[in-house]
Amino acid sequence: MLIKRPPDVRPSEITDEKIYRERRRFLQQATAAGLLLAPVLQAPAAPADARKLGPLKRGPYSTDEKLTSYRDITSYNNFYEFGTDKTDPARNAKNFRTHPWSIAVEGEVRRPAVYQLEDFMKPHALEERVYRLRCVEAWSMVIPWVGFPLADVIKRAGPTANAKYVEFTTLHDPEQMPGQRGGLLGAGIEWPYVEGLRLDEAMHPLTIFAVGLYGEVLPNQNGAPLRLVVPWKYGFKSIKSIVKLRFVEQQPRITWMKANPREYGFYSNVNPEVDHPRWSQAYETRIGEDSVFDRLLRKRKTLPFNGYAEDVAHLYAGMDLKKYY
Amino acid sequence: MALSPARAAALAKPVVFAAALIPFALLASMIVSDELGPNPVETLNRYTGDWTLRFLLLTLAVTPVRSLTGWQLLIRFRRMLGLFAFFYACLHFLSWILVDKVFDWDEIVKDVVKRPFITMGFTTFLLLIPLAATSTQGMVRRLGGRRWRALHRLVYVAAVGGVVHFWWLVKSDIREPLLYAAILAVLLGYRVWVYRRRSSAVAAA
Repeated sequence: MLIKRPPDVRPSEITDEKIYRERRRFLQQATAAGLLLAPVLQAPAAPADARKLGPLKRGPYSTDEKLTSYRDITSYNNFYEFGTDKTDPARNAKNFRTHPWSIAVEGEVRRPAVYQLEDFMKPHALEERVYRLRCVEAWSMVIPWVGFPLADVIKRAGPTANAKYVEFTTLHDPEQMPGQRGGLLGAGIEWPYVEGLRLDEAMHPLTIFAVGLYGEVLPNQNGAPLRLVVPWKYGFKSIKSIVKLRFVEQQPRITWMKANPREYGFYSNVNPEVDHPRWSQAYETRIGEDSVFDRLLRKRKTLPFNGYAEDVAHLYAGMDLKKYY
Repeated sequence: MALSPARAAALAKPVVFAAALIPFALLASMIVSDELGPNPVETLNRYTGDWTLRFLLLTLAVTPVRSLTGWQLLIRFRRMLGLFAFFYACLHFLSWILVDKVFDWDEIVKDVVKRPFITMGFTTFLLLIPLAATSTQGMVRRLGGRRWRALHRLVYVAAVGGVVHFWWLVKSDIREPLLYAAILAVLLGYRVWVYRRRSSAVAAA
């Protein structure tokens, strides 16, 4: 006889999940009935229904691990543009304007252009990708992103033979982003935030541009309206609120390397063997799940490449990952 | 009926004691009701560390406030505040050993040896132990006032160590540790100023 044990979760999380599944069922039915139009991005003040994204296909690579609750994903954020405390972004990004939004594609490409976000997204079918996210600060989440493969964007831009890296830039707007004010006595990093990937990393099918999570438009504190998600790298590589993609020949100087080159490298692949100079990366805390007592019972091991080694380890064949951290 | 100042201080003692326990009571209730937030380990470490620093600074504030206000009886609270600093430091230490590292001695040794901010925090904690151990009247008598006072100047080193420990922990935003450093600078600066004035008074005489 098969006995199903009830899952060991808190009621708050069950509710979250249930509402979420119902929404998905609604989306599927609505899509079948031809009721849903192409995804429309709305200002934050729009009614809740307008924030729903659809139709969504279930993309590859999704994990079936328990999702981190919507509340934790949207209230525990590192987004220094809106403050350095984990609770700052949810509060300070409330009135952030994500519409209109333009994205520049430039550098070593055959088709440089400046797009409005709607046009930028139009050619792409939205899919759901449930990925683990591992922060360099040794905590992790499981997030149901909505987005599309970055590879498709890159193919459209048509990189030239000189394009070896892609450099991404976040919006610089101190008026809207209080974290960017304050000079030396602010967040302590240079603005605008810049990130980068090697072209093969950017082209990897795991790498996506996300425009939503939990089936809805990306909340501002999570990097609206458009962010990168590279699940085998530490979270800070997954740059938020992107306004520019630049294809370049030289490895870009990314923000955290400028802030502290000894502690942060260009690759920043999740690696339990290579410690951050100030803390070990061998273990992690799963946000919202690992209570103090759980932790006493068992520690959660961090996996090489955040558990995506099978898919991405070949990108770094022959490289000394202790040197190229 | 008017209270004598000494009587008022005696009555205030249990009140201050209870007040100093409030952060601990809040922490205990957060742990029991599982309300430490999304990242309980981080919350525990930061909360206990914050209160250790606050009580260290409060302890160091007693002497300047006492001489500026002339409220001599304030001295009666100094030992209690110092011991509470040690109490919260113990919780901070336990949170690291027990919850963060879960008795992984390899990791703990590696932390202390390899990571300057932990080396600093660990050393600071060790410095506080002899101070707590010699805090009784009996120990003051046994050591003799002069030697006891010399030993307890270690608290200045410990306070600086605690602030540096915090400073080295933060990733890039130094505003909070800077605030602690500024308060500490005022508290230590006051002592330097008093010392200079006294020695110049002696020189003049």
